[in-house]
Amino acid sequence: MSDRELPAGVERREFDGTTRLATRGESVYGEPTEGEWRAWNPTRSKLGAMLDLEMDTGLEGGDEETVLYLGAASGTTVSHVADFAGPTYAVEFAARPVRDLLEAVDTRPRLFPLLKDARKPETYAHVVESDVDVIVQDVATRGQARVALENRRFLAEDGRLLLAVKARSEDVTRDPNDVFDDVREELAEGYELLETQRLDEYHTDHLGIVARPR
Amino acid sequence: MTEDSAADTGWFAGLEPDDLKAGATAIAEGTASEPADWPSRALEAGFASDEDEYYDRLHEATTAATRAAVERRERADDRQLVHAIRAMDDCHRTANELAERLAEWGGTIDPEAGTGVAYARELVTETDREVDHPRVRSLAERVVSLAEEAEELREYVERETPTVAPNLAALAGPVLGARLISLAGGLENLAKKPSGTVQVLGAEDALFAHLRGHAPSPKHGIIYTHDAVRGTHPENRGSAARALAGKLSIGARVDHYSGERKPELEAELTERIETIQSRTVDDDADETGGDADE
Ligand SMILES: C[S@@+](CC[C@H](N)C(=O)[O-])C[C@H]1O[C@@H](n2cnc3c(N)ncnc32)[C@H](O)[C@@H]1O
Repeated sequence: MSDRELPAGVERREFDGTTRLATRGESVYGEPTEGEWRAWNPTRSKLGAMLDLEMDTGLEGGDEETVLYLGAASGTTVSHVADFAGPTYAVEFAARPVRDLLEAVDTRPRLFPLLKDARKPETYAHVVESDVDVIVQDVATRGQARVALENRRFLAEDGRLLLAVKARSEDVTRDPNDVFDDVREELAEGYELLETQRLDEYHTDHLGIVARPR
Repeated sequence: MTEDSAADTGWFAGLEPDDLKAGATAIAEGTASEPADWPSRALEAGFASDEDEYYDRLHEATTAATRAAVERRERADDRQLVHAIRAMDDCHRTANELAERLAEWGGTIDPEAGTGVAYARELVTETDREVDHPRVRSLAERVVSLAEEAEELREYVERETPTVAPNLAALAGPVLGARLISLAGGLENLAKKPSGTVQVLGAEDALFAHLRGHAPSPKHGIIYTHDAVRGTHPENRGSAARALAGKLSIGARVDHYSGERKPELEAELTERIETIQSRTVDDDADETGGDADE
């Protein structure tokens, strides 16, 4: 498959005869490795799915690219981000997964863990720098659009929001399409939506969104 | 917005660059209404000589702050464990009580009525069974789901105790470890108890009877269920219980105060118990607590 503008540091490579997304770094969640490359599993990562489905994320990769990652959990995805990007701030509010996240942090000197609530940016605005190039958000909790709007203050004017919306987190009983409509509408308060795509191939009832601040 | 943020200061404001502890505290407790270009500000303030050094310090401080916060929160998880083990016992007891009632009732309409939770399970799974009393069947379902809840609570306890108290869980087993935490009223309380008290936790009734003067002093409480005590000849159980309680106390203290894992505690316990168990009973008839376990 031809690489449609994958960020620098992300490649499609062979693992056991199948071509998979990969980054270079220490293994984190038992993913297959080949030399210094490790496979990035799109079924376990919404950002991985967005890249695999060739959404235009605008990610460039490289040491200069700064990232704020909301909902880092045990570090599955954010470890790949730290592998290809520059300074990466990882916000997660549950203590248990963060114990594992700390292990991924150990071998990644530009990955900064923050045990904070993404609904309260003022509790980490004294740490996270302004004008980050990218916000990746995967919080799977009620009020996902609100979280994105609250954190817009960190994003550079020409930065990108890469958001995974989980319909069931907003309302398990409603049709996912209605939930997504509402999220899109609320997001429009602060963002211009550039691309949206269902991630169902890898994540049921999830919507991937690429947006920029307006 | 830029004017506003002039009032905000970064996490590094006023810190000595090598004071990691203060840095971690500032990360954990500081706030700002708006972010700023903290790396440049840090350089201006002389906190770091270049961007790389700034990010290295940030990495150290965020890691230290996050590790400390995770440990603090996980310690608070002993409260969750206490509730879970109590709920597990309640579910067990209630399931058994209701199962007795069910067996009594079932016996009046079901010639093959059995006893206990097992009978409730039969009623629920063998639908062709000749019991067409909807209330009896429904009661059986409640019994089974209570028993299942108890089982799930046990799984939760088995999963959680090792993160809350890794050494205690390894020495006592996760369920007994959680029971000790529960009886003491929390991990901190357990860590502060002398090992003689840990030895008789759960035997409070016997202890009070002894103190009132009409019973011998109990040799062990709940730790009786541990193989180290149960698997030892009755003559030597006092020593085994004392040795076990000593190690459990140390384990609980390490868990509470440092959280560091010390596998050597298990090895020491095993060795001590083997020594006690290999004593011939006769040699040891005069077991009055002369051997020092601590
Ligand atoms: C689906 S998981 C994220 C998985 C992760 N992004 C990955 O791919 O490796 C969602 C995470 O968001 C966290 N979360 C939910 N609400 C949050 C909030 N308000 N602040 C920070 N984290 C939050 C949850 O604790 C959970 O770990």
